[in-house]
Amino acid sequence: MATLKLKDFRKSFGKVEVIKGVDLEIGHGEFVVFVGPSGCGKSTLLRMISGLEDITSGTLEIDGRVMNDLPPKDREVAMVFQTYAIFPHMTVRENMAFGLTIARASKQEKQQKVAEAARILQMEHLLDRHPSQLSGGQRQRVAIGRAIVRNPKVFLFDEPLSNLDAALRMDMRMEIGKLHEQLDATMVYVTHDQVEAMTLADKIVVLKDGRVMQVGTPMDLYHDPGNLFVAGFLGAPSMNFLQVDVQTVEGDDAKVGNAALKPINVAHKDRLNGSGKAILGVRPQHVEAAAPGEGMLLGTVEFAERLGSETVVDMVLKDDSKFIAAFNEDKVFEPGQTVDLVFDPAQAHLFAPSDEVETVH
Amino acid sequence: MAGKLTRSNRAGWLFALPGFSLLFLFIIIPFFFAFWLSLTNQRLVSPNPTEFVGLKNYSELLRLSVLTLEPERDDAGQIVRDANGEIRYPRVRTITRSGDFPEYRGMREWFRWQSGENAKVVVASNVVFMKALTNTLTFALFIVPLQGGGALLLALLINQKLRGINAFRTIYFMPVVISIVVISLLWRFIYDGEDGLLNNILAWLTFGFFEPVDWLGKSDTALGSIIAMSAWQAVGFHMVIWLAGLQTISPTLYEAAAIEGASKWQTFRYVTWPGLRNTAILVLIVITMQAFAIFAQIDVMTNGGPLDSTQTLVFQAVERGYGRQDISGGSTISVILFVMVLMISAVQGILTRERT
Repeated sequence: MATLKLKDFRKSFGKVEVIKGVDLEIGHGEFVVFVGPSGCGKSTLLRMISGLEDITSGTLEIDGRVMNDLPPKDREVAMVFQTYAIFPHMTVRENMAFGLTIARASKQEKQQKVAEAARILQMEHLLDRHPSQLSGGQRQRVAIGRAIVRNPKVFLFDEPLSNLDAALRMDMRMEIGKLHEQLDATMVYVTHDQVEAMTLADKIVVLKDGRVMQVGTPMDLYHDPGNLFVAGFLGAPSMNFLQVDVQTVEGDDAKVGNAALKPINVAHKDRLNGSGKAILGVRPQHVEAAAPGEGMLLGTVEFAERLGSETVVDMVLKDDSKFIAAFNEDKVFEPGQTVDLVFDPAQAHLFAPSDEVETVH
Repeated sequence: MAGKLTRSNRAGWLFALPGFSLLFLFIIIPFFFAFWLSLTNQRLVSPNPTEFVGLKNYSELLRLSVLTLEPERDDAGQIVRDANGEIRYPRVRTITRSGDFPEYRGMREWFRWQSGENAKVVVASNVVFMKALTNTLTFALFIVPLQGGGALLLALLINQKLRGINAFRTIYFMPVVISIVVISLLWRFIYDGEDGLLNNILAWLTFGFFEPVDWLGKSDTALGSIIAMSAWQAVGFHMVIWLAGLQTISPTLYEAAAIEGASKWQTFRYVTWPGLRNTAILVLIVITMQAFAIFAQIDVMTNGGPLDSTQTLVFQAVERGYGRQDISGGSTISVILFVMVLMISAVQGILTRERT
């Protein structure tokens, strides 16, 4: 258990700056997930904490101690890699005890700590096997076991489930969640999978281009995204963005609309920039079909995906913009059919216009 | 059309024919021929018909015995000593040429050692062959760790992301590309006793105190000199093989080791070396086989001398087969060499096989 403090963290490879000033505090026993598109610097950030990459500028504190110049082993962290990084020539037991072997610990200590970790991970029966005799999930469990044996202050996970197939990924995800409760340890977890981020995290850190876009609990980020990027990144299918005109502003609300959208009142949260333009975000799940002629939007169906539990419909609005609606039931839509749509303005989000909307959609 | 040609079995064999017939003619047939010839008295050019002689060639090469010589005694039964106080023994030829001991006929002294007041003398039917055999084994014994270890060291040094690392890779690999004959000639100059580069460097390093040595001209330095030069020559080749092996080891394994706190040595012991297992087997076997085939260096640099101190098996096989036109004798040496290499490779295979 430990606290982590990152202050104005920066990293450059040559002239290219990949981490552009990250400030972050992680409390005792917190499960923090770094999430973002590939190339956003989330893995680099993790590797800077572990000591595998050096810190170009800024400070890293673990439990109040500055760790910048300490080698990885002295930072009391353990890391689990995407490719497992378990030693192919060693048995599971030897792999898990590797840190202790390096530290020349006694046989008895090794025995006891490995047994303890194996019990937690329910893999006592695998201890004498070689990695080649294990499945992907079991191998990753060995790597996690090796981390547990180290008894670190901070667990670092670098996309640990990305090499597993979907079903296994779900199992392991739950197991890592359970493990966190059981060990009550501080964990930092990197993923590009938002489902992992949403389900595991106490706190999500959304990164983009080496900068923190938003930090908060999963539900905070989902229900109240602070900017266009976070709004578009979390949630699947991703949020619809409508280019709207601001007609009037009254108190906390703004009246917005466009050629496709009948004017509605939405909380502006001081995000308007006075240009008279804005972007309205509507989650596909928050849209419902209305009786003909009574909708706020009129969409023409292009394509519908029936998933059984929900139906995802790609539509085109009157102003030729794309719109996706996800209905929480199995429904039949024909291409070319028009659908009247309504949504609760309280669940819509208003953002200042920016060119980012292109990259998000 | 192309499909028919590439799928036809006959076309395949037709394309393989030129290469295959060359292999057959120059490798496979001579291989079996050697076995047959080693059992005959075939000469390179001879008017006499070839006769089957059984294992006579083998016994002429391999026969060994130990003789015990008792000191010469004077009439009073006292041991006779020479001017230096050394015990005097009867000459070996009194036994090997005596009609009383036909089993030792034609054998000569290889080496001897003192056992109490007696002398034990090892006599061999072909002392030169025995020297060639021991020299070849010595050569292999030294060259394997020297070349393999040196190559691994270079590979570890070179397996870094440094500016200009490719220049080093090229430099280390250069001797491999140059013909061994050219290299042997160059090293003859380096080892020259009068004004060789090595003597000059050693003299310069010791401020002129070093006495020049005729490296190839003395029986106790000649083989060592050839070992050193041979190790240097092929080290680049094995470096490249090690390098290939090193680059198959996943970098995350090193990262995992770093996080666990492994020192440089521990990282090598637990990550690098186990990851190089298969490469090590390959390098070991290749160096061993090449070592047993050593010929060109000897032929160019020493011709087996001085005093047979650099005789080797292949050099002897060529020397006998073509130099002395004794094809059956040369074949016999080749067969013996083949059996030796086969056995050593088999033992290496057993020792290094996967334990699971």
